[in-house]
Amino acid sequence: MSELLQFLVSGITVGAIYAAIALGFTLIYNASGVVNFAQGEFVVIGGMTAAALIGAGVPVWIAAPLAVIAGMLVGVLLYRLAIRPAREAPLVSLIIITIGASIFLRGAMQAVFDKQIHRYDGFSGDAPLRVGGATILPQSLWIIGGSIAVFAFLAWFLNRTRAGRGIRATASNRMAAALVGINTGRAMNLSFALSAAIGALAGVLATPVTFTSYDVGVLMALKGFSATMLGGVGSPLGALAGGLLIGLIEAMTAGYISSDYKDASAFVVILLVLFLRPQGLFGARITERV
Amino acid sequence: MTRQAVAAGVSALALLTAAPALAEIKIGASLAVTGPAAFLGDPEAKTLEMLVEELNANGGINGEEVELILYDDGADPNKARTFATRLIEEDEVVAVIGGSSTGATMAMAPLFADYEIPFISLAGAVVIIDPVQEFVFKTPHTDRMACEKIFADITSRGMTKVGLISGTDGFGASMREQCLDVAPASGVEIVADESYGGSDSDMTPQLTNIAATEGIEAVVNPGFGQGPAVVTRNYAQLGIDLPFYQSHGVASDEFIKLAGDAANGLRLPATPLLIPDQLAEDDPQRQPVQDYIAAYEAAHGEKPSTFGGYAYDAFHLLVNAIERAGSTDPVEIRDALEATEGHAGVTGVYSFTPEDHMGLDLSAFRILEIKDGGWTPVEE
Repeated sequence: MSELLQFLVSGITVGAIYAAIALGFTLIYNASGVVNFAQGEFVVIGGMTAAALIGAGVPVWIAAPLAVIAGMLVGVLLYRLAIRPAREAPLVSLIIITIGASIFLRGAMQAVFDKQIHRYDGFSGDAPLRVGGATILPQSLWIIGGSIAVFAFLAWFLNRTRAGRGIRATASNRMAAALVGINTGRAMNLSFALSAAIGALAGVLATPVTFTSYDVGVLMALKGFSATMLGGVGSPLGALAGGLLIGLIEAMTAGYISSDYKDASAFVVILLVLFLRPQGLFGARITERV
Repeated sequence: MTRQAVAAGVSALALLTAAPALAEIKIGASLAVTGPAAFLGDPEAKTLEMLVEELNANGGINGEEVELILYDDGADPNKARTFATRLIEEDEVVAVIGGSSTGATMAMAPLFADYEIPFISLAGAVVIIDPVQEFVFKTPHTDRMACEKIFADITSRGMTKVGLISGTDGFGASMREQCLDVAPASGVEIVADESYGGSDSDMTPQLTNIAATEGIEAVVNPGFGQGPAVVTRNYAQLGIDLPFYQSHGVASDEFIKLAGDAANGLRLPATPLLIPDQLAEDDPQRQPVQDYIAAYEAAHGEKPSTFGGYAYDAFHLLVNAIERAGSTDPVEIRDALEATEGHAGVTGVYSFTPEDHMGLDLSAFRILEIKDGGWTPVEE
C-alpha cells in the first residue's frame, strides 16, 4: 500500500513539472497557432538564472522573481527579433523558426552560463515529509502548487480578461480580430512574454528536484509537448491533466511493470488517445470550413 | 586579389621556408575539445598544452623540442578519422594521443596499424584494447574493472545480494552489462535490475522496488551526469539504509555538490586524484598526483578532473617511451611503449605487455567513501 502511495507521489511530482511546461505551450498556441519549440529553453533559462543568482549569494525570494523576469525578457526578444519579422510567413515556417531559436538559445546559454549541472536548495528545505508510509519533498509541494496556480491564472486570464480574450481572438482569426479593433501585435507580444515567464517559473520551481544544465531543454520540451498533445492543444485544463497523466503513467509503469518501458508506455497511451480523440482529452473539436 | 598581395604572400612564404629547420618532435592529438564530450576533451587538451610547455621549458626530450599538433574533433568519428589522417600524412607526427570518446577512438584506430604509428587513446571502452591491436594503447581503466572493484568491496563486507539501478545512457548501459557479466565470478548475485533515463527527475518508484526486494544487501548505481545525483537524493528521501555504491563516472567534487548531504556514506571506486593529501607517503602515485594538481591549478586556476589525468598519463607514458627508445622512429617508440613497466601515473601504475595495452590492475581504483561532504579512502 505504501508502495502505491510512493508511486503516486512520484508521478504527481513529475507530472506537475510536465504540466507547468505544457501550460507554457498552451498560451503561445492560443495566440498564434505556433507550437513554440523553444519552450524548453525558457525552462532552462529560469533554472540557470536562479542557480547563478543564488550561487552569487542572492536570497532565493529575490532570485526566483528575477529569473522569471529574465525568462520573460528573452520571450519578448524572441518574438520581436525572430517571430514578428516573419509574421507573414506560413505557420510551418514560424514553427521552424522556434526550433532555430531553441538551438541558438542553447548555444547562448553555454556562453552566458556554463556547461555544468546546477541545483540549489529547495525553498522549504530538503528534509522529506512523511505521508502515510510514503515520502515527499517539500519542493514537490511547491511544484504542484505552482502548476495549479499557473493553471488557475491562465483559465481566468484567457476567459475573463480583455487581454486574454484578445489573445484568443487573435488566434482564431487574426484579420477579423484586427478589424474589430484588437491590437493583434500586442496580443502576440503578451502571449510570448507570459508563456516564457511560465516556462521560466517551471524551471525555477523544478530545479531543486530535477537539476538543470544548458542542454536539458529539449527533453523538457518533448515531455511538455506530449502532455499538451494528450490533454488537447490550447486547453489549460488539458495541459494540466495531460502532464499529471503522463507523470503518473511513467511512475506506475516504472513501479509495477519495468522501468525499461516507462517512456514507451506513456507514448503508447498518447498514441491511443490521439487515435480515438485526435483533439486530445480536453481539446475543442475544430471544424474547418473550406 | 591584387598583384601586390600575391607578391607579399609569396615572399612571406619564402621567408617561412627559409627559416632554419628546428629539430622537433611532433606529437599529434585529436580530442573532443567542444561538443557533447567537451567535459572530457576540454581538460584533456588543457593538460596536454600545459605539459608540452612545461617539457620544452625543461629542455624537451633528449634536448629536442616537442611540438603538439592538436585538433578538435568534437567527438565526431568522421572528423576524428580525417584529423588522424592529416596528423599522420601532412603533419608527420611520431605518435598520436586522443580520441576522447570511444567512437572517435575506434574510427581512428585502423589507421595506426596501416601507417605504423603508436596511438594512446583516452577513452574508456574495453573494445579498444580487447582484442589487442599492435599500435593502440589506452590509459583509462574500464567499466568492467569498476564493477569488479565495487563487488570486491561488497563481498569484503560480507554481502552478496546486490541491486542495480543503471542509467540508460551509453556509460550506464555499458557498465550495467559489464557488472551483470562479472557478478558470478565476483561471488555476487544481482537480485534487482532497474533503469532510468538520463534526464529523469524522480527515481523513487525504481528505488522503492529495489528496497522491497527480498534479501537485498547493497545497491549499485552505474551512471553518469545528473542521474546518479538524483538517485542519491531519492535514496536519502526514501530513507533506504542499505550500503550504496556509485561508479567512477561521478567521481568529482561536482557530484558531492549536486547530491548534497544525501551523498554522505556512499562509496565509489575512483582514481587517487581525488585524495592527493590522504595518499600514503610511500604511495608511488603520491608524487605524480600532487605534481599534476599543483601544475594544473597554477596554469588554469581550477582543480584538474579525472579525465585530464588520462591525458597526463598518456603524455608521460609517451615521453618516457621516446626517451627510452632514444629515437623518433614511430616503430621504436611503440616497442619502448609496450615495454613500459611500473610507470606511476595519476590514474594508476602502468605496466604494458604485448597482451595488455592498458596496463592497469584493480589497485588503480581506490574505494572512497563520502564523509561530511569530502572523500575518505576506505582501508582495504
